Amino acid sequence: MDFTLDSGNTAWLLASASLVLLMTPGLAFFYGGMVRGKSVLNMMMMSFGAIGVVGIVYVLWGYSMSFGTDVGGIIGKPFEFFGLDGLTDEASILGWAGVPALVGVAFQATFAIITVALISGAIADRTKFSTWMVFAGIWVTLSYFPLAHMVWGGGFLSASPDGLSAKIFGTTDGVATVAPIDFAGGTVVHINAGIAALVLAILIGKRKGFAKEPMRPHNLPFVMLGAALLWFGWFGFNAGSAGAADGVAGLAWVNTTVATCAAMLGWLVAEKFRDGHATSLGAASGVVAGLVAITPAAGALNPVGSIILGVIAGVLCALAVGLKYKFGYDDSLDVVGVHLVGGVVGTVLIGFLATDDRGLFYGGDAKQLVIQVLIALSAIVFSGVITLVLGLVLKATMGWRVSEEAEVGGIDLAVHGETAYETLGIGSRVVTEVK
Amino acid sequence: MTKLVTAVIQPHRLDDVKSALEAAGVRGLTVSEASGYGRQRGHTEVYRGAEYTVDLVPKVKIDVLVADEDVAGVVEVVIRAAQTGKIGDGKVWVVPVEDVARVRTGEHGDDAL
Repeated sequence: MDFTLDSGNTAWLLASASLVLLMTPGLAFFYGGMVRGKSVLNMMMMSFGAIGVVGIVYVLWGYSMSFGTDVGGIIGKPFEFFGLDGLTDEASILGWAGVPALVGVAFQATFAIITVALISGAIADRTKFSTWMVFAGIWVTLSYFPLAHMVWGGGFLSASPDGLSAKIFGTTDGVATVAPIDFAGGTVVHINAGIAALVLAILIGKRKGFAKEPMRPHNLPFVMLGAALLWFGWFGFNAGSAGAADGVAGLAWVNTTVATCAAMLGWLVAEKFRDGHATSLGAASGVVAGLVAITPAAGALNPVGSIILGVIAGVLCALAVGLKYKFGYDDSLDVVGVHLVGGVVGTVLIGFLATDDRGLFYGGDAKQLVIQVLIALSAIVFSGVITLVLGLVLKATMGWRVSEEAEVGGIDLAVHGETAYETLGIGSRVVTEVK
Repeated sequence: MTKLVTAVIQPHRLDDVKSALEAAGVRGLTVSEASGYGRQRGHTEVYRGAEYTVDLVPKVKIDVLVADEDVAGVVEVVIRAAQTGKIGDGKVWVVPVEDVARVRTGEHGDDAL
């Protein structure tokens, strides 16, 4: 295939890559505001640390493992484009759109970065920074790159003739008849990070005083600011995933917005009925739940379908954040409730809501739904197993937790030698009721 | 002799109390942000479905040094300006002060007020 530079598409993808990179500092604010004042810096540093490690790893072997020549449907050859050596515009991921190889690398690298950072919310206030940094580099290598390859790089969960869907429902013109749909990362990003968060939260254990001592968010304006930055950056994430500055990008933009609006309203209504108030934390959480859920679906639904998807995701995620109290795992900032649940909801609802005779409600049969459920389950099992093994190895070697003294006294001071504020808030008592 | 009048009041009453004291001839006071509770106790807050009881609510504490003969008047002024009639309005109390010195001049006692 010849490569002809398309400056419009290239400009949009460069802008999109920059937008998506902004999401991770945005996430640092979203998470940072939700923890207590004594651990906000550590929380934000987990995001910034992920940028540092993954940004380098992606260039060295990440792109190659994601989009290099397929090995067994699971990964790309790690050393084929090591250090981006030997990469050509013609053969690169967005070459079809006239976007140079390095712009495609930039765009994809930002996805790997935020996926790792998302996990950190589940293990707030208690995780050794050194272990986290090592985890970031290994987990992205063993879980993210393979999954990105499987879904987007022509591997097992793609429309490849050797893939899962082709094996079940056959091929048409050399590709799977029922192409799995993950537009911008419902499986690769959100289910992947969400299940890893669940595994680590259980493995690392609860914060001291979980569900007994006050752990209310110390700065809700930070949370709102973070949600706003995430929303803004998400336009790069979803509309950029069109790969071009075209109508699909426009559809993804509109779908992303209406689904997010609907999810925010859904969350607020749910908590108004349950808790009596429509809260700012609920609005910020609903925004993120909507963004997560529309991610896999942004290019496959019409705007009305996106509203339906958004409101369902908002309500379900608002209910799902209570699960940790029922089951007793300390997913501190609800990565499971928002990203795993939101990712599964979005990925599966595509089976109902995808247009063009694919979704059940839009003229399709159940095949798309079956495939969507299967790719969600595959991502859960793959990432769950990899994370468990890696988590156990790190537990036995480096250890995951800071000392109890450091945790109680504040991880900011103990680990980073800093405190965020001159004074810390006082004044709240025990949790008297959790739902 | 000098007395220390301390008032813990609703934060939103501070401006009125300050103006009233000024009008009553009080020439200086110290204000601090405080947390506390009385009969009103605290309130509850809900974050993602987890309910917290917040015992200590924000208050403002005012300290005024007053000459003996003005104490009763100052206390009345504070009460009138801070009162809303609702639970949580606060308290005023008076304690004797052994000595007061003005740092700039070294004056002592009522001269330092």
